[in-house]
Order: sequence, then C-alpha cells, then structure tokens
Amino acid sequence: MEQTEKKKSETLNGTRPNGQEGNKRVSVRKTYKLYIDGKFPRSESGRYYALTSPEGEMLANICRSSRKDFRDAVVAARKAQPAWASRSAFNKGQILYRLAEILEGRTAQFTAELVSMGVSESRSKQEIQASIDRLVYYAGWTDKFHQVFSSVNPVESSHFNFSVPEPTGVVSIIAPEENGLLGLVSVIAPAIAGGNTVAVLASSAYPLTAITFAEVVNSSDVPAGVVNILTGYRSELLSWFSNHMDVNAVVYCGSDAEEIRLVGENASLNVKRPVILSPGDWYSPQEENPYRIMELQEVKTTWHPIGQ
Amino acid sequence: MSRMYSPTMPSVYIDQVGVEERVSRLNKRSIKKSSKRSMLNLAMSMLDLTTLEAKDTPGKVRQLCTKAMHPHDLPTIPAVAAVCVYPNLVRTARECLRGSKVKVAAVATAFPSGMSSRKVKLEETRWAVNEGADEIDMVISRGHFLSGEFRYVSDEIAAVKEACGDAHLKVILETGELSTLDNVRLASDLAMYAGADFIKTSTGKVQPAATQPVTLVMLEAIRDFYYDTGKKIGMKPAGGIATAKQALAYLVMVKETLGFDWLTPELFRFGASSLANDILMQLIKEETGVYQSLDYFSKD
Repeated sequence: MEQTEKKKSETLNGTRPNGQEGNKRVSVRKTYKLYIDGKFPRSESGRYYALTSPEGEMLANICRSSRKDFRDAVVAARKAQPAWASRSAFNKGQILYRLAEILEGRTAQFTAELVSMGVSESRSKQEIQASIDRLVYYAGWTDKFHQVFSSVNPVESSHFNFSVPEPTGVVSIIAPEENGLLGLVSVIAPAIAGGNTVAVLASSAYPLTAITFAEVVNSSDVPAGVVNILTGYRSELLSWFSNHMDVNAVVYCGSDAEEIRLVGENASLNVKRPVILSPGDWYSPQEENPYRIMELQEVKTTWHPIGQ
Repeated sequence: MSRMYSPTMPSVYIDQVGVEERVSRLNKRSIKKSSKRSMLNLAMSMLDLTTLEAKDTPGKVRQLCTKAMHPHDLPTIPAVAAVCVYPNLVRTARECLRGSKVKVAAVATAFPSGMSSRKVKLEETRWAVNEGADEIDMVISRGHFLSGEFRYVSDEIAAVKEACGDAHLKVILETGELSTLDNVRLASDLAMYAGADFIKTSTGKVQPAATQPVTLVMLEAIRDFYYDTGKKIGMKPAGGIATAKQALAYLVMVKETLGFDWLTPELFRFGASSLANDILMQLIKEETGVYQSLDYFSKD
C-alpha cells in the first residue's frame, strides 16, 4: 500500500503553490518558426519536416520554407537596407557586440539544443564560445574596415581621386550544413557588419540553434528585416536564393560542384556577386578576416575636381 | 424590384459587418498561372496612370505619357487606359498621346478640396475639356454633403456634367471624408442620378483612400442603379492600391458584384501611380520565372 502511494507521488511531479498535488504537468515546448521582418511566422506553405535526434527521438517540426517565404524575406531585407546602412559604423559595431552579449547569456540553452542534435557537450561549448568570439571580432571591424580598404588614388588629371567601400545591398546566404551555429554566425556577421541586410537559409541538419539565434537577433537592437532566417531544404531553395533579381550578392557555403555551377549561372542574370565558401574548418583563425566583409562591398570611386 | 429614388433619402442601409465579411470571403480567392497573367494584363489596361502633385512639370508628364503608351518592351503588355493630370498639363499630355488610344483625364472643380464657387468650377471644367481632356474627374462638395445639402451637391454634379459636353465625367466622392458606408451609398446614388459616367472613391490626398469595403458598397450601388435604370456606370477606386495582389482582389470584387460586363476599361479603372510597376514586375516574373527588382523598371 505504502509502495503504491510512493509510486503515485513520483508520477505526480507537479505540485500546486498551495502544496496540493495537481495533475502531471505537460512541459511547454517551443514551436520553431521562421524569422522574417522581425517576426516569427510559420512557412506560408504550411509544410514542415520532422527533426530527430541521432537516437531517433523526435525533437521538433521544422518549417520547410517555400520560395514565397524567401520572397517575403527579400522584401523585408530590401526595405530595411538603406536605414541599416546609414546607421553609424560605431552603432553597427555596438549592435553586433550586443548580439555577442545576449548569446553569451543564452549559453545553457544553446548547449542543450546542440547536444539534442547530436553534438557532444564539450564540442557544443566550444562552438558557442567560438560563435560569441566571432561576433565580437566583426563588431570590432565595423568602424575600421573603411580606413583599411579606402584609398586615395594618384591620377594624371587635376582631380582628387578616392575610393571607399559601400555595402552591396541585399545578400542571400546558403549557410553551411555543418556547424549549425558557428557556421551561421560566421556568414551573417561580416555581411551585416558591412551594412548589408540578409536572407539566410539555415542548416537543415542543425536548425534548432538557427531559430534560437533568431531570438538573440530579435532581442539585440538589430532592426527588423536586417537579418531574416529561413529553415528548409537547400535543394529546393538554392535556385530561388541565386536567381532573385532584387538580391545583390549570394553567399554559398558548400562544395557540391553542380550547386556551385547553378549559383554562378543564376547570379549572372543580374550580375549579382557570387561568393563561394568551402572551408573545411569554421574554427580556423583564417575564417576571421576582414575580407569576408569586403567580399560583400562595392567600391565607389569619386573624382573630385581641384586646382587650376 | 424597383426603388423610389430621392436624392435626400438613402435607398438602402448598409450592413457594415456584412460588407467586411463579404470582402474577406472574396479575398480568399486564389488566382494562379494563366488566369493570373490575363488578369494582370487586364488590370494594366484599366490603369489611370496618375500624377497629381503641385511640382509636376511638362517633362514629368511627357515621361508618364511615354510609359502609358509603352509600359514595357514585352509586346503582350497592353497600354494603360488613361493618363490623369491637372488641367494646366492637359495640353502637354494631349500632344504626347496623339495617335494612341490612351485617354487624357483631367481633375477639375477645385481639386482636391472642391472649395470654390460653382462658377469657377464650371469654368475650369470647360477649360480642361477645351484643352483636350477626354475625361473629367470632379470632386463633390463634401461640406455641403455632410451638412445635408444633398440637392446642392446633386445640382452641382448635373451642372458639371453639362459643362463636360462629350467628355466623360468621373465623380470623386472622397469616401475618406464621408465617415460612414451609409453616406458612401447615398453619395453614390446621388452622383449616378445626377449624371456621373463613373463614380470614384478618392482624390488620393486624404487618408484613408480607396478601401475594399467602400469599393464594394459603391459597386453594389452601381448594380442597383443598373437594375433600376438599365444604365451601366463605371467604377474607379483610387489611392492606396499599390500592389498587383490588391488589384486582383478588386477585380474579383467587380466580377462577383457586376459580372464580366464591367471587366473592361470602359467601365472599370484603377487610379494609381506605383501600381503599374508592381503589375509589370509580376508579369515579368510570370514570363521569366524569376522574382524581379524595381531597379530594372522606370521610376515614373
């Protein structure tokens, strides 16, 4: 009799504030949705795919974005771009640093998600720390890369001739399939540091951290529309990410020769800038460099008449 | 069923909730592929390409007229229905559009406020027609309407109609200032019985401009007027319609309320300036399969 009492109280793990035992509490699980224009909508298509842990346990239903979700993301990014570009360089740096601060505070949540998706605990911690460091790294560059990459050019005529980098505009990004968090941060940070706005397709194998990172973006003073994050299948979205006429550059992470050819061909439609990144190791110090920012800049040269 | 018409008495009262319900039900229609393409082409041919700014110049009007006659290099895309300008730019538009089927519409009667004497309004109307306007867009005297002087408003429309001669008359109700749908219905009936060829929602200078509920009420007024008199009156929503998707929603309302007969530029127009580029972007998207950018379309 006593034994059954004990067993019963074990299953009733929810107790009410007044000390009385209540019904078993059902945990409230998060719905992983997209991040477009500062909001978290579901895919307009209503489609999803099931994400399971390596042990086969159901983790979440992940939105399977359609081309229309991408279209909406580009509209939001286009709308947000001029205002974001005109923020002062220092302010953009502050906001990137804020992303790092908020990410640091959410370490436990990100660790749990990476572990659930099959990354070891120590590796998870390492990935989160590297992601935070990467944000801080690019936060530092926002008000410095102009000095480093601008130039005063000697010319034969009586002109003061100088070149400065300007953001290319709206960037579509196919984030790396591996390193769901670090890979994502490594491609978003340099793009927005340079005043661009982005529409990103997250890794389909590691989507949980991408959407939780969207929450970090949402609470870090990044204006709506500057970062838009989609989840879904690369195979069905790649051509839309690369052929949209209102996208100024496309970043592709991967090494599939056929996909790279498709991106290049589609990019030629409006001569958008294709950036192909196939690093073996996202932790490598070589992945932290200002050329990642410069790859998404256009150089404007001004001829200013002087003298006689 | 025949209603007794009196310009001072509403013939029906409007159920606002019902109107909004019907609009939201019609908005659920999904139009794809070839139907979408032909509806977008139709919407293009129904456009009154409009520029009504105090800073308008002959140069801007000529640019607009060129776009009106030749919106895009794709040969399947039709010219728009008309170009809508202030009276002093009618002559420029007329010269520019000579030889094309695009009409010249002029706003008149102290647009957009209508705050002037009847004499001045009639004189302005005659002048605009003389300058070469095919269509006159007049505003009603909202002050008189709202203070209950319905006969004054009605007489004024009739007088302007007479001053128009052969030109078509569109009557702008400025529904954003009429405050209730009952007023919209009353003003619609009043304008049609006074001789309007078209009724039009707004000047574009007052918010809210055209909305779907207001347009539905006006379309139903046109339908009832047709049943009562056998005359087909045109409809022109204007202001605030900027996307192809909105335009399709309006065309669905027209089809469902008035039928195929009204799906022609003779009886339905959109007053808009930025709608043209959005329709073009959608049509080129259908043509090429690739989402388009405003960077590749002319601004005016």
